[in-house]
Amino acid sequence: MRNIIKFLIILFLVLNSKSFAAENTAKFLETDWTFKGLFGKFDRASLQRGYQVYTEVCASCHSMKYLSYRNLSEKGGPEFSEAEAKAIAASFEVTDGPDSTGEMFTRPAKLSDKFVMPYANNEEAKSANGGAYPPDMSVLVKARKGGADYVYSLLLGYEDPPSGIKLDDGVYYNKYMYGNKIKMPNPLSDDLVEYSDGTKATQEQMAKDVVNFLMWSAEPHLETRHKTGFRVISYLIILTVLVYFSMKKIWSRVESKV
Amino acid sequence: MSDHEYTPSSKFGKWFNDRLPLLSLVNHLTDYPTPKNLNYWWTFGGILTFCLITQIVTGLVLAMHYIAHVDHAFSSVEHIMRDVNYGWLLRYVHANGASMFFLAVYIHIFRALFYGSYKAPREIIWIIGIIIYLLMMAAAFMGYVLPWGQMSFWGATVITNLFSAIPLVGESITTWLWGGYSVDNPTLTRFFTLHYLLPFLILGLVVLHIWALHVPGNNNPVGIDIKKPSKDTVPFHPYIVIKDAFALLMFLIIFAMFVFYSPNVLGHADNYIEANPLVTPAHIVPEWYLLPFYAILRSVPDKLMGVIAMLSAILILAALPWLDTSKIRSAVFRPLYKQFYWILVADVLILGYVGAMPAEGLYLLIARIGTIYYFAHFLIILPVLGLKEKTLPLPLSITEPVLGGSPNLAAARDKVEKIS
Amino acid sequence: MSDKNDKKKTERRDFLFTATAAAGAVGVGAAIWPVVDQMNPDASVKALASTEVDISSVQPGQSLTVLWRGKPVFIKRRTDQEIQKAREVSLGDLKHPEKDEDRVKKPEWLVMLGVCTHLGCVPLTDKGDYDGWFCPCHGSHYDTSGRIRKGPAPTNMEVPKYEFVNNNTIKIG
Repeated sequence: MRNIIKFLIILFLVLNSKSFAAENTAKFLETDWTFKGLFGKFDRASLQRGYQVYTEVCASCHSMKYLSYRNLSEKGGPEFSEAEAKAIAASFEVTDGPDSTGEMFTRPAKLSDKFVMPYANNEEAKSANGGAYPPDMSVLVKARKGGADYVYSLLLGYEDPPSGIKLDDGVYYNKYMYGNKIKMPNPLSDDLVEYSDGTKATQEQMAKDVVNFLMWSAEPHLETRHKTGFRVISYLIILTVLVYFSMKKIWSRVESKV
Repeated sequence: MSDHEYTPSSKFGKWFNDRLPLLSLVNHLTDYPTPKNLNYWWTFGGILTFCLITQIVTGLVLAMHYIAHVDHAFSSVEHIMRDVNYGWLLRYVHANGASMFFLAVYIHIFRALFYGSYKAPREIIWIIGIIIYLLMMAAAFMGYVLPWGQMSFWGATVITNLFSAIPLVGESITTWLWGGYSVDNPTLTRFFTLHYLLPFLILGLVVLHIWALHVPGNNNPVGIDIKKPSKDTVPFHPYIVIKDAFALLMFLIIFAMFVFYSPNVLGHADNYIEANPLVTPAHIVPEWYLLPFYAILRSVPDKLMGVIAMLSAILILAALPWLDTSKIRSAVFRPLYKQFYWILVADVLILGYVGAMPAEGLYLLIARIGTIYYFAHFLIILPVLGLKEKTLPLPLSITEPVLGGSPNLAAARDKVEKIS
Repeated sequence: MSDKNDKKKTERRDFLFTATAAAGAVGVGAAIWPVVDQMNPDASVKALASTEVDISSVQPGQSLTVLWRGKPVFIKRRTDQEIQKAREVSLGDLKHPEKDEDRVKKPEWLVMLGVCTHLGCVPLTDKGDYDGWFCPCHGSHYDTSGRIRKGPAPTNMEVPKYEFVNNNTIKIG
């Protein structure tokens, strides 16, 4: 019995350990994410700032096509008020139609609309960015090995190339990028945006805020998941104890040990 | 099928049972005499039944929201994760459930290997089990294709290309599987259809698996034949039911830890990138449960031979009841076999590890040695061992090793007789 | 004495089993809920926005049908005659008594869900014994206010939530 418990726990730890992934790139930068851990939650203010960084900096090239403006006011996210989310939506123009005469028209976006994309299609995105397609950022954090730590490190990982490495035009050196060559220029610099809540917009602060925002966009139900998980596991433990004693009782009719 | 005649007590029950002996079946299942010395490794049969039902139920409801079309598959999965009520939970249970299913099936298989459960008279149970395992792999592979991420697409491409290794007709078979000249929409829709069908085939085979089990009855840790029902057995209900429930709950706690706290740790990050036929991910690996076979495939330098080796690695298990020449079932009484058993376990784990690594240098060498040992275990070690090995003396009954010289022995026997 | 003890013992054992079974049943129930709830409208469906309709081109006597939440909405610009007809009827004659005044915001404009309250078919406009709507499926007749007058339908056609944004635009929902 004990062996099985031990076995299962070890197995969980082994499968969970990142030691499985042999990385030959630099070790990621670390920061204190609030969404990690048993009760991990998002930092609302950081999510709101992160949205600002996304919309003012990233959104000119990167789409987030699986998000809708309504998500911005939903529970567990940045939790803008509904009025704020409506105002944010209304600041974007979307194409709708056809109207009764068959023409397409533009109108201000509504809560139910998806985030407006910077380019009409992948080809346009590629040609505008020197042949490199800026990936959609909706699930970007989950789509990269190393997750939030990786994206955070990447944003702060721009350096001058070591001597001996020659870079083509439009290619930059980043010590966390796979192969170290990246076509995205360093997107962040101190005071690039102005936070309305008075937080100082350092490069680290912006990177952290935007990665928080991206983590939420990739995993919008993370808070519910953690909360439900805690309840489910607590319940399972209680039921396991009850079943254990019932089992002892039943088996005591035939055996002293189970 | 039933060991003793059963007559329902109520009049209606008797009337019904004469026409459809459902009550007799239930009675057979609850009274089914089970060796009372079964240890916790035997609870994985129940756990596997639970896994299958969970996969079918969650899969059924996911199919209500999933769209099997290359333009919509990825976004419909995102829709499930974001908008569908409890969609994130259902999908994570289904995705992690596949891993838990394989975890349980491997423990179940290695339990059978340790205690010789595949030997006469249980060969058919074993062979049905191998077929279930094969279908599980097919179902898991096709299920992994459905989200239409990068790993889905390239996994499907690599696996379907295995068939092109067949001489003469290989190319045509691959084209036939694809329904085109590459993995594309026709491939996705047929994979979805088959992914939906296979679990029900598995369910049918599970019924046969259990039916075949109920003819000779369970093997047990001592591996000797027992009389049933007797003082060596307990009725399935409540004794085994409650014990299985306890083990299942422990298993569920691990399962829940994955679903709620590390739902993506067993998957690949690349599968959150939508499939792109123009770009192959830097490092293609199958899901962890297929890694040992992937290592065997890659350890053979020839395309056709690699495929044959991989398939043989699974199919050789079906011949196991005849390859193992020993008359003794349980490894407990086979000191040498026990050691080779653990070497095999280590060998499979190592193969799994190198399967996840790039196929080059030292990893390739280890994979080759591991592959050779794997086949040697079944083709050379087992047949020879059965003839040469000096086994330990078997006890006369399972009560002997279980209760030993316990002073409760007489009392326990009395109790058993009273209950049975 | 020993009888009593035995009884106590049984009771305690029974309590343990009852508690275990009850706790298990709660868990099974809780586990079934997500499987049931996933069939309810999802977040994207619930968020479906309201529809704005331009009514400037609709002449008196004409009507417009628009799609809202997957159902047709009839927007009818009634003539004076039709309005008069709808208002003359005494409530006693109605199967589902409702004043025409309560069914419209501006007497000229009748806005209602174009769904027969019998079994959900779409009635035909300007048909039937009361010159309103007629449902071809099972023969329900509605008057110029969309009220049920004859046939199997139990209630009047439903008026959705709507408002006039300006003289030329109606916002439904």
